[in-house]
Amino acid sequence: MKIGSAGTLESNDALVTVQEGVGIVVSIDSIVDAFFHDRIEAEVRGELARMKKQNVHVTIQDKGALDFTLRARVRTAIERMEGSQ
Amino acid sequence: MKRNSIGRELPDGYRPYGEEHPAAASQRIAMKPTPTAPIFLTSLSDVFSALELRDGMTFSFHHHLRDGDFVANLVMAEADRRGLRDLTIAPSSLFPCHKPLVPLIERGVITGIVTNYMNGPVADAVSAGKLQKPAIMDTHGGRARAIEAGDLSIDVAFLAVPTVDRRGNGTGRVGKSACGVLGYADPDLHYAKKVVFVTDEIVERVDHPDLDGNFVDYVVLIPSIGDRAGIVSGTTRITREPVGLKIARDAAALIDAAGLLKEGFSMQTGAGGTSLAVVADIRRIMVERGLHARFASGGITAQYVEMLEAGLVGSLRDVQDFDLDAVASLTRNPQHEAITAAQYGSPDFRPAPVVAGLDFVVLGATEIDLDFNVNVTTDSEGRIIGGSGGHADTAHGAKVSVVVTNLVKARLPIVMEKVTCVTTPGSDVDVLVTERGIAVNPKRADLLDRLRGSGLNVVPIRALMELAHTITGVPVRPRPSGRIVALVRYRDGSILDVVSSK
Repeated sequence: MKIGSAGTLESNDALVTVQEGVGIVVSIDSIVDAFFHDRIEAEVRGELARMKKQNVHVTIQDKGALDFTLRARVRTAIERMEGSQ
Repeated sequence: MKRNSIGRELPDGYRPYGEEHPAAASQRIAMKPTPTAPIFLTSLSDVFSALELRDGMTFSFHHHLRDGDFVANLVMAEADRRGLRDLTIAPSSLFPCHKPLVPLIERGVITGIVTNYMNGPVADAVSAGKLQKPAIMDTHGGRARAIEAGDLSIDVAFLAVPTVDRRGNGTGRVGKSACGVLGYADPDLHYAKKVVFVTDEIVERVDHPDLDGNFVDYVVLIPSIGDRAGIVSGTTRITREPVGLKIARDAAALIDAAGLLKEGFSMQTGAGGTSLAVVADIRRIMVERGLHARFASGGITAQYVEMLEAGLVGSLRDVQDFDLDAVASLTRNPQHEAITAAQYGSPDFRPAPVVAGLDFVVLGATEIDLDFNVNVTTDSEGRIIGGSGGHADTAHGAKVSVVVTNLVKARLPIVMEKVTCVTTPGSDVDVLVTERGIAVNPKRADLLDRLRGSGLNVVPIRALMELAHTITGVPVRPRPSGRIVALVRYRDGSILDVVSSK
């Protein structure tokens, strides 16, 4: 099972963990879930689509990261999972 | 349901904010000294036996021991042992240390709360709808007014007093649990039907009594009334965070540009890290120009004690102490004056409360909206995390009220269309300082004029909200739809807003 992670649990960051799986599953634990849940999920799915990933399970522990941070953490986590960096 | 003058929906049966203050509300109920010397007892159980206590009564407390208070928990545990039910508690504030009250709320021992601030497990229980009646959230000055006008009738005041003498005179200046000024206990002392001093130190004679023994019915000596270390709660250090420092520098520059730093000015600031940084900047300007302040008021910290002792501030008008340096200063600095809650902030205090003499106040905000309404009562999900304290009193009283806050905190825009809960109405809020710009309430055309050409980045408040949205995205704003769990009462007794459970 290949796993990758990126980010921290500092304020305004997110810890993103990804692993290979069947289909795309996104689980979100965010301090701003009530306000940005759908937007966080859309950003994560958008980044996976850009990277052409169709079989990955993503866990987000979000401490109020902005969109560009989320995208960067997802991308780096995937790259680490694939051992490309 | 009806709406008040700031558009907030209220249940029937309450005076909406914006409607005239009825004349009756400013009448005073008679107060008189107790006919006999206080009776000294050695356990709360004996006090409960001596008092004729019934279900449904109201017990009050003060919060000068802050997060180190033992008294409210001990008294309410005794009430529970005695089988009392349906009690209302009226502490001037509640802190995380009051967690033992939660099971009493759940079991109907406590069914009402009237307070100026609550944070921690009790606030969570109220937010979750566990308290039978809606809590009432007052301001520090408004609580004094409500007690004196009879809107808040107290059956027994259980007052933590660090040192009591043989005549029942009390002080917080000395004693093993010394917490300094006892300003918020003053209305309770004079207007509660029965007054009990709960102390852990009895002496022959108190030289400078802050609480007059002639109004005390019982003095009870217990092993300990609190943990002094808990007095210092929250931030008491100047922020080192660059955003906070930028906000502080701009706030000080704004106060200067508004012409408020003149010889003999007066000020109040909070104890948060950004407020402390504002004071440090103002102090630098004062030293550079040889300026002196006439007084500083409010909750007092070590920073103001230093300024008093350096001769930069003429006097401290102190209603409560935020740290142990402030407590120690009271006994050595004659210009460090204790004031009462009413003297500090009651709208009915004559000739005028201290807050009305302030040139400026620096305040925080959890949220602020396009009408300049400020929320410090709930978080953005509607959970109670605080309350006015002196926020609404000083914002109203000061010539210029300055709110300092980050524009965005953990992705949440702090400037928004409508705040989740109104603690201080926008008509009392003059300026917002954020790291991305300063907004001036349009009703203060005089300030806008003065700031023209100052070089400060003054923008419309809506522009700050839109800027925040470009950074964070537009948040979904959930509206709580549960039952009303708290009423926010303005200092004149009218209702500003409600807090609902989810």
